[in-house]
Amino acid sequence: MRKTTAITALLSAGAITAGAAYAEPVEDTLVVNGEIEMTTWTEPSETVEGKLLELISGWHFRGTETRAMQADDFDNSGMIFVQDAKDAWNTVEGDAGKSCSSCHEDVAGSMKGVRAVYPKWNEDAEEVRTLEMQVNACRTENMEAEPLGYTSTDMTSMVALISSVSRGMPVDVATDGPVSETWEAGKELYYTRTGQLELSCANCHEDNYGRMIRADHLSQGHINGFPVYRLKNTKLNSVHDRFKGCIRDTRAETFAPGSPEFVALELYVASRGNGLSVEGPSVRN
Amino acid sequence: MTMTRRNVMVMGAGAVIAFGLPMRASAAAEDAITDFTGGANVASEGVTLTAPEIAENGNTVPIEVDAPGAEAILILAMGNPTPGVAEFKFGPLAASQSASTRIRLAGTQDVVAVAKMKDGSFAQASSNIKVTIGGCGG
Amino acid sequence: MAENVRPRVKAPRQASAGDSVTIKTLISHPMESGQRKDSDGNTIPRSIIHRFTCEFNGEMVVDVTMEPAISTNPYFEFDAVVPEAGDFKFTWYDDDGDVYEDTSSVVMA
Repeated sequence: MRKTTAITALLSAGAITAGAAYAEPVEDTLVVNGEIEMTTWTEPSETVEGKLLELISGWHFRGTETRAMQADDFDNSGMIFVQDAKDAWNTVEGDAGKSCSSCHEDVAGSMKGVRAVYPKWNEDAEEVRTLEMQVNACRTENMEAEPLGYTSTDMTSMVALISSVSRGMPVDVATDGPVSETWEAGKELYYTRTGQLELSCANCHEDNYGRMIRADHLSQGHINGFPVYRLKNTKLNSVHDRFKGCIRDTRAETFAPGSPEFVALELYVASRGNGLSVEGPSVRN
Repeated sequence: MTMTRRNVMVMGAGAVIAFGLPMRASAAAEDAITDFTGGANVASEGVTLTAPEIAENGNTVPIEVDAPGAEAILILAMGNPTPGVAEFKFGPLAASQSASTRIRLAGTQDVVAVAKMKDGSFAQASSNIKVTIGGCGG
Repeated sequence: MAENVRPRVKAPRQASAGDSVTIKTLISHPMESGQRKDSDGNTIPRSIIHRFTCEFNGEMVVDVTMEPAISTNPYFEFDAVVPEAGDFKFTWYDDDGDVYEDTSSVVMA
């Protein structure tokens, strides 16, 4: 079925003035390792109904070579970190004498589908948890081990490992029920202008995606591809680190990784991408 | 559309701001070529350098070189602080005299591949790669 | 010793005599270029992998001299001929004197 591009329609309708540098997100198909078919261009999620005419993964906004890097687990250097985490998964740590595998056994079997529904409500703890929070809860409570730094390489690698076994599955985070208060808080953050540049997330990622900001091709700002191996720093980057970076770029005072504000924002932004495939670890610029 | 400060920033004013000023080939870079060739004549056909026209990020730029019948291929980034990138020597069990790798470029510049053929002759190819300055987060 | 340096290789496990095969190699290494400065303004000294070789049953496939312009986590892709059953041997040489190795065996199809 022919994919419609809303922006092209708007452009030809003259709704966007000439002079604004704009580039079409590239039409292409992502199949990883010749096996995992990714949904990278799809119908709007409930969250963005009426605001975005379609969901487009950040993958489409990158250059040819960058897109190709993600299509093969060897070319995707983010997988080095997944390999490291696999070793950590099987390593005993903490006073309880357990490793992740002691309870969860095989990661591909036990963690399949997990990344796709996070952040989510934890009934016992009565809070919204991100994957990082859940990993640390498991470590401290079940393994009696030290928690990992929220954006540390060890933690981000573990999140990448857990994410990698859900690749291809549609992101599907809940937005109602016990999480709705957190979700609303995240939505408010998304649309609030902050900082010297007085920009909100929406100003770039909802109102101006597809346009060039200097030489960067603005995406819709989804997080289905996180953790991301960025060519810029040749390592895995976590969601909260990217939020922090983005907010600093607007010259605003940023929240801390792991803060309730970022947890709320992550839940909201994840829900915007409901329907896109989990891609993490992905490759971006 | 009113020209607010915000609009101007988003509009990506000008190729110079987007790409940064190009970096000139250093004397060291030219010397590196002559050291490799011994000053011999260099043909313009015989080696292919495949590189993106615009590098998504200067820290990791994928390139490929191919020179059928070559003994070695030298790659130089003419505008980098030190021009040397790599030298590939092909042995008897190389199925082709080609290789791909990922390199760092400090700015927009020419990347040059010089191939030394088995018969002692040389060939050179050059690619101008634009290295961009991102709008946010580099 | 550079921390956490880990080689990875993608090579076919079987081939017919005389086949040409594609090999991909990767090694996790920071490739400190010697251009960066730390927070006090001191230059962080260069520390890179400066050479990579691939051999098959002792015969050279490719020998690469590497400079700081090779990106972090050096990646190479190249083609090799497999004349007979045997082993690919991959070696990376670090500025700090360490040598990292990996091997990959090929059986005849």
